[in-house]
Amino acid sequence: MKKDLYNYILGIADNSLILAQRLGELCGHGPTLETDIALTNISLDLLGQTRSYYQYAAKLAGEDKTEDDIAFLRIERDYKNVLLVEQPNTHFGHVMARQFLFDVYHLMLMEQLQNSKDETLVAIAKKGIKEVSYHKRFSSDWVKRLGDGTEESKEKMQEAINAMWRFTDELFDVMEADKAMIEEGIAVDVSKMKETYYEKISEILEEATLEVPERKYFTRGGKKGVHTEHMGYLLADLQYMQRTYPNMTW
Amino acid sequence: MGDTKKNWPLWEIFVRSKNGLEHRHFGSLHAADAEMALENARDVYTRRNEGVSIWVVESKNVTASNPQDNGEMFEPAQDKVYRHPTFYDLPDDVKHM
Repeated sequence: MKKDLYNYILGIADNSLILAQRLGELCGHGPTLETDIALTNISLDLLGQTRSYYQYAAKLAGEDKTEDDIAFLRIERDYKNVLLVEQPNTHFGHVMARQFLFDVYHLMLMEQLQNSKDETLVAIAKKGIKEVSYHKRFSSDWVKRLGDGTEESKEKMQEAINAMWRFTDELFDVMEADKAMIEEGIAVDVSKMKETYYEKISEILEEATLEVPERKYFTRGGKKGVHTEHMGYLLADLQYMQRTYPNMTW
Repeated sequence: MGDTKKNWPLWEIFVRSKNGLEHRHFGSLHAADAEMALENARDVYTRRNEGVSIWVVESKNVTASNPQDNGEMFEPAQDKVYRHPTFYDLPDDVKHM
């Protein structure tokens, strides 16, 4: 039971950590000063949420485990994030497509998590929901702007949505550990969110005058720890300091 | 101001830091339209909890006085101290003057 809860928490938290890391890479490299700050803000929101989850998980794990151990000292196979969030910042369209496809899911998850029987998760969700609402507003606005912008922006935005689309279905996979937690009334049954998710996404894509991709086969694996080739490089960056100078603190 | 296709217009940002206080000029930033200006202002100027309300005004809509006219605009007021209400004794009941 405790092990299941631990894994369930990491399943949610790792998404936030890895996406925060990706957005953090853009610090100082955003297309404009204003967008740069906005992306870094989102990154920090996600990192803050990650910390709350990891602190809770560390407490469950006992054995003097800390949030830093969980964040920095796992091997690639132990990270449970979905493949979507580890995809690289190819161009601004990709950053926004990835963000948009995740934010819509993330907000739905936070809304449902408020009904969990686990008080700590409820508290984290209640605090995070306002942040995530803004993330979704920001990314949806950009998808609409670029989709309904110039010929070039439309083309790039569509290409980005198409590139990210194959990772969306994994968001709704329920893992073995999750099943027990769903039965306990702690976890959200994400498989039930799928239909509404695609409706919401389609609505915004239509408003953005973009096409909703049609696809039968989706790529998955992150939730099982089987990641894309990008993950190793991301972790090298993320873990470097703790691996090189063990137990270092700021 | 250069190529308007590539440069977003400039916006002046006003933030009310607390209910009851007035909006104050905080700075300026670039945005494609008013909605984006609001979002950018939120991220640039209120991320450290500085505000409860934001106004954005496109800079081109602000009419400013010309520094070259400072002589006739402002100097005549410099030697007219009697325009300050400092020559009266304020009753104690009047606060915040």
